[in-house]
Amino acid sequence: MASFLNIRQIVDFAILPLMNVAVALLISGLVVLFVGQNPLEAVGYLVSGALGSGEGIGFTLYFATSFMFTGLAVAVASHAGLFTIGAEGQAYLGGLGIALVCLALDKVVPWYVTLVPAAMAGMLFGAAWAFIPAYLQARRGSHLVITTIMFNFIASSVMIYVLVNLIKEPGSMAPQTRLFDAGGLVPKLGEILPVDIGTAPLNISLFIAIAAAVFVWVLIWKTKLGFEIRATGANPAAARNAGIGYVKITIVCMLISGALAGLAGVNILMGDLGKLQLDFPAGIGLVGVAVALMGRGHPVGIAVASVLFGVLYQGGAEISFWMPNITRELIMLIQGLVILFAGALSLMFRSSVYSLVDLFRFSKREA
Amino acid sequence: MQEFLTTVILLLSSTLRLSVPLVLCGLAGLFSERSGVWDIGLEGKMLFAAFAAAAAAYQFDSAWVGLVFAILVAVLLSLIHGFASVTHQGNQIISGVAINFISSGLTVLLAVGWFALGGRTPQLQPEARFPTVILPFAEEMRPVPVLGAIYADLISGYNILVYVAFAAVPVTWWVFHHTRFGLRLRAVGENPAAVDTAGISVDWLRYRALLCGAILCGIAGAYLSIAQSAGFVREMSAGKGYMALAALIFAKWRPVPVLFACLLFGFLEALSIRFQAFDFGLGPALSTQIVQSLPYVLTVVLLAGFMGRAIPPKAGGIPYTKER
Repeated sequence: MASFLNIRQIVDFAILPLMNVAVALLISGLVVLFVGQNPLEAVGYLVSGALGSGEGIGFTLYFATSFMFTGLAVAVASHAGLFTIGAEGQAYLGGLGIALVCLALDKVVPWYVTLVPAAMAGMLFGAAWAFIPAYLQARRGSHLVITTIMFNFIASSVMIYVLVNLIKEPGSMAPQTRLFDAGGLVPKLGEILPVDIGTAPLNISLFIAIAAAVFVWVLIWKTKLGFEIRATGANPAAARNAGIGYVKITIVCMLISGALAGLAGVNILMGDLGKLQLDFPAGIGLVGVAVALMGRGHPVGIAVASVLFGVLYQGGAEISFWMPNITRELIMLIQGLVILFAGALSLMFRSSVYSLVDLFRFSKREA
Repeated sequence: MQEFLTTVILLLSSTLRLSVPLVLCGLAGLFSERSGVWDIGLEGKMLFAAFAAAAAAYQFDSAWVGLVFAILVAVLLSLIHGFASVTHQGNQIISGVAINFISSGLTVLLAVGWFALGGRTPQLQPEARFPTVILPFAEEMRPVPVLGAIYADLISGYNILVYVAFAAVPVTWWVFHHTRFGLRLRAVGENPAAVDTAGISVDWLRYRALLCGAILCGIAGAYLSIAQSAGFVREMSAGKGYMALAALIFAKWRPVPVLFACLLFGFLEALSIRFQAFDFGLGPALSTQIVQSLPYVLTVVLLAGFMGRAIPPKAGGIPYTKER
């Protein structure tokens, strides 16, 4: 029986995600073929661009860092049975918190002093933006998916107003803040470690992301709160009967989720852009949904999925550079297909693979 | 007086134009959500339909062929949604999100691959677009005070799809409340088990609801790319699918209120376009952003139950499992 469980676990956590990606890539390859390009050539650029050089790997991991934050954010909520699309808006607002701290402190103190309050502000703003949808879901039964989508749009309006009218660099036309001084920039990995990543913006946020992944793992699987979260996700009615407050779990979970999403700004603003600008999240919140689904809500899975999407982002840029007829939107397609297969159609593959595994098992026993 | 009237008519006709995709998508969402299938993918279906319409209209030099292709593509995407979330009982929200991603990616990919114009389709000739329909006697009526201007500029003078969209509202209402299909559709969104017990296929009913929605989404897409403008531009749906979803909730999932919710949201959009920097005491910039986000804020407030309660179809979002 034990080996039986293991086989199914292997199927769940390794074979199925791989199958999902393989099918998504296969269909994307067909689309590439359909527009008259060579998919194998594209795969070549994808791999060499993302993994073929230190700089490529640096970019890949830089993207992966952002995706880990939003992926973890979506995953924490999903363990409580909550499906959130709000990581995008939360990351956006989190960026505002980070930028405010950076603008206030960057000329005064070194980066490692700025980092802590900046990260806290990012988490605070992200969590605050998650609070209203969370409260409405918990107390008034409003559909979290809809409210988080609405809050993404509202975030975009709020940020346009704030950027253009309140914190835009005076005299500049572009809706962005002034560049942060050295005190608002975290070091790139190339500056502090003996690695050659060229101009890649990979920075110490990677370690924050890894710490966040460990935190989520401990939280969900090793604490009482995590148990309550999982119990609520598995069966809200039963959890409530066991004395686990639905309102508390929903709100706490979404606050943690928003805080994690808010941290993504550290990577992007303090690690790369050095300023707050319009639409800086550029879809990372939605990638987080794909990453969380593919990683099946487990931090290790999310880390792997994040790197995979990092490869797609960096490699996709490389493809569109060398093959002008294929745009970066290829990544969107692959993402969509991964969400479709890993999320919506997960049961389809699973049952067929299970029966295949069972077939194999039984035939072995008979032999 | 004359000037005021002209301004009002311009504002209202712009409201009508801007409401069309919302009305069509809102009704599309109504069909699928009242049958118990959440439809976050409205945005993606409309976007892909817009691309299909523009590409086909360009290729065949005919707006009608464009419309047919738009509907076909929307139907195809709806079938994917149905396959994932009805047949395989997958998560309806996730499936819808996937459709939005696939459409965002695929439209630009195909547009660049086929036309190499940076994600646009070539500018359409007038014959590949839906022309403006001038209702009979519009010019003759014009001298009549007030009514003449209203008839000539507010009621007459849109392309055919605008009239289709507004005609779709009473038709939808009639289908919902006066046909057997409509009754069953409403029932399957509330209590699929009862419908199943009556010997009616829940899945087939939901597929049909999705197909009705797909046709409306297809028309909405065609409106964007070959009626309102002369070609496809990347991301041209610009969140209208989500706003339609908001309107649907605002209308508490009922056909006629969908029309009014869409008109309200369209009016807000028309306001913010017409008076780029209008002001109601809070400074122009803040006022513009408030008006632009008002539809979303209103929807959240409504969902929160502070302004009446929006109660979704009871079986919405839950895949139906036949008891074994």
